[in-house]
Amino acid sequence: MVQIDYAHDRCKGCHYCIDVCPKKVISLSGELNDKGYETVKFDTSGCIACGSCYTVCPDYAITVIKKEG
Amino acid sequence: MADKIFTAPEMLRMSDPTGFCPGCGHGTAGRLQFEVLDEMGLLEDSITVYDVACDSLYMWAIDTDCVGVAHGRAIAAACGVKRTRPNNPVCAYVGDGATYSIGIQHTIWAAARNENITVIVINNGVFGMTGGQMAPTTLLGQKTITTPAGRSREMNGQPLDVVKLFTGMDIAYLARGSLDSVASINKTKKYIRKAFEKQMNGEGLSFVEILSPCPTNWGLSPQDSLKRIREVVEDVYPLGEFIERGVK
Ligand SMILES: Cc1ncc(C[n+]2csc(CCOP(=O)(O)OP(=O)(O)O)c2C)c(N)n1
Ligand code: SF4
Repeated sequence: MVQIDYAHDRCKGCHYCIDVCPKKVISLSGELNDKGYETVKFDTSGCIACGSCYTVCPDYAITVIKKEG
Repeated sequence: MADKIFTAPEMLRMSDPTGFCPGCGHGTAGRLQFEVLDEMGLLEDSITVYDVACDSLYMWAIDTDCVGVAHGRAIAAACGVKRTRPNNPVCAYVGDGATYSIGIQHTIWAAARNENITVIVINNGVFGMTGGQMAPTTLLGQKTITTPAGRSREMNGQPLDVVKLFTGMDIAYLARGSLDSVASINKTKKYIRKAFEKQMNGEGLSFVEILSPCPTNWGLSPQDSLKRIREVVEDVYPLGEFIERGVK
């Protein structure tokens, strides 16, 4: 099972994560955070926990956890 | 089996968000530095030196030890910190403007003396914090607010490439990475890891330059900024490891 902790208040809307996700499970949320940046949303059911979104996020907004067992 | 987890060091995640612009590479480059220090068990002892430029915004986003100095003096200050605290990992984390223009003498002499510090230079091709003036690394033809018609060799000189500058220098390590893709970021992290390992072995100056996007001053979207690094900047500033003491 994959869990994604997304700190949407840290997000600055660069959307690098959307571009690099190999499974295309990240998309625009259509919502703005308090700073006015458009945040993203995750469909964790298709996530393979590769960590690409974490790697490109300049704002430490994404934590990816793959739970074993 | 243990959970697999991708997360930034707590000192970054739990601090205030960084002051960098959306899509800026500073956030990722600094994270790689602190990931490496964390993985090596050196985070607590680490001392990072910042100067007055965008890199100084880290001083409000971390809670490990750091020193803030005048623009262009981070390498000189880091040499002093290291000499008085030889057991602590010391890093000058700086911009290309500072490192190759106002602070170039410190860059060259830290190399000539093979000072036992790690230098991480963010090459974004401009003076970021002051609004995008030409830097020594600005490409020929590149428009900035001080080269509105594009940088010309006749008027502004040719771009400064640290790999050429350090040719023949007896330093521990010189590498250039990039932040344009997941693969590049992972490779850059390996370079930073090697750099700190060499410092902790007392081998001397380890220097990692990182090609980094500055969407604000390039006038490009974050996406187009990464594309520009891939398609234009990497042709002028090739990636790889260029000096490694003990490895021929
Ligand atoms: C002695 C001195 N000269 C000039 C400045 C103005 N200044 C502040 S930041 C900067 C350039 C920043 O460019 P760079 O070092 O490449 O870092 P970046 O902001 O792009 O990360 C300059 C010229 C200053 N603060 N102090
Ligand atoms: S001006 Fe450029 S280098 Fe400075 S924070 Fe903004 S994007 Fe980053």
